[in-house]
Amino acid sequence: MKMELIQPFINAADAVLSETLACPVTISDISMDEEAYQRHATASLVEISGDIEGRVIFDVEDGMAIKVAAAMTGTEIEAEPQILRETVAELANLVIGNAVTTLNDQGFRFKVHPPVDHSDPHGFRGTEDVEALVMDFASPAGSVFMNVAIRYNHRRRADVNPA
Amino acid sequence: MGQFAALLRATDHQPVRYLVVDDSVFARKNLARIIDSYGGMLAGEAADGCTAITEYDRTLADIVLMDITMPQMEGIEAAERIVRQHPDARVIMVSSVGYQENIVAALQKGARHFVQKPVKPELLYEVIKYVLGDAAVTASISSAGV
Repeated sequence: MKMELIQPFINAADAVLSETLACPVTISDISMDEEAYQRHATASLVEISGDIEGRVIFDVEDGMAIKVAAAMTGTEIEAEPQILRETVAELANLVIGNAVTTLNDQGFRFKVHPPVDHSDPHGFRGTEDVEALVMDFASPAGSVFMNVAIRYNHRRRADVNPA
Repeated sequence: MGQFAALLRATDHQPVRYLVVDDSVFARKNLARIIDSYGGMLAGEAADGCTAITEYDRTLADIVLMDITMPQMEGIEAAERIVRQHPDARVIMVSSVGYQENIVAALQKGARHFVQKPVKPELLYEVIKYVLGDAAVTASISSAGV
């Protein structure tokens, strides 16, 4: 997997999580996911189609989701499944939106689809041409696992037809 | 979150009325909280572009805060339809997807401004003040009764 595609997601996750939680986050683990992805907690999936295609799964531990929800709403939040799902979807939306903004400004053109619940305990393994990279963003409140499996669909027009 | 000098409508000195459009409940709650800190009034909410159009027709809100990526009808199309029917509508796009192409498309379809998520309340406040222009005045929190 090309780091030029992954780096914007890492930067966006770092920036959004740090800003939302008002505390630093660190990448405590990074690995290639060769098996079917096993969900840890509440997860949301966003599909990307266009010059780059694939999907990103955001998987957030409850403690982290509650802290993010409280930061977003300014009130204490109960750990109810629906609230956790909404929180994770919005977090995914924020991170992926910021990442694709960077990629678009680099010349890639694609569409981001609205987040959907990823409720299956298993599923979405990488393939030979779409490897999945899993990053664990850790903070005192818990972890966010970001599973990214994207690839070039078409090379950028500038690469295909250099001036 | 800090408090801001309340934004009031210049015509009747009532709180500015907002329509918040976002498919995320959390984003809507967050924006509602920010609007409250501006001394504003939440006139309506919508979770997709189609509902946004009917809610605007119902509320004729002073400001529409519109997400882009939504199910059924996306925010840019909804903004275009609202502005086509109501040329004076003030629509501000609020989205995490803030690349140049999207911003230009939104402005071409009639949106007045663009704010990228995560929303910074101080920035959104300045954008709303700019978009309202002479249609709004500021008042202290106490004199606005909020």
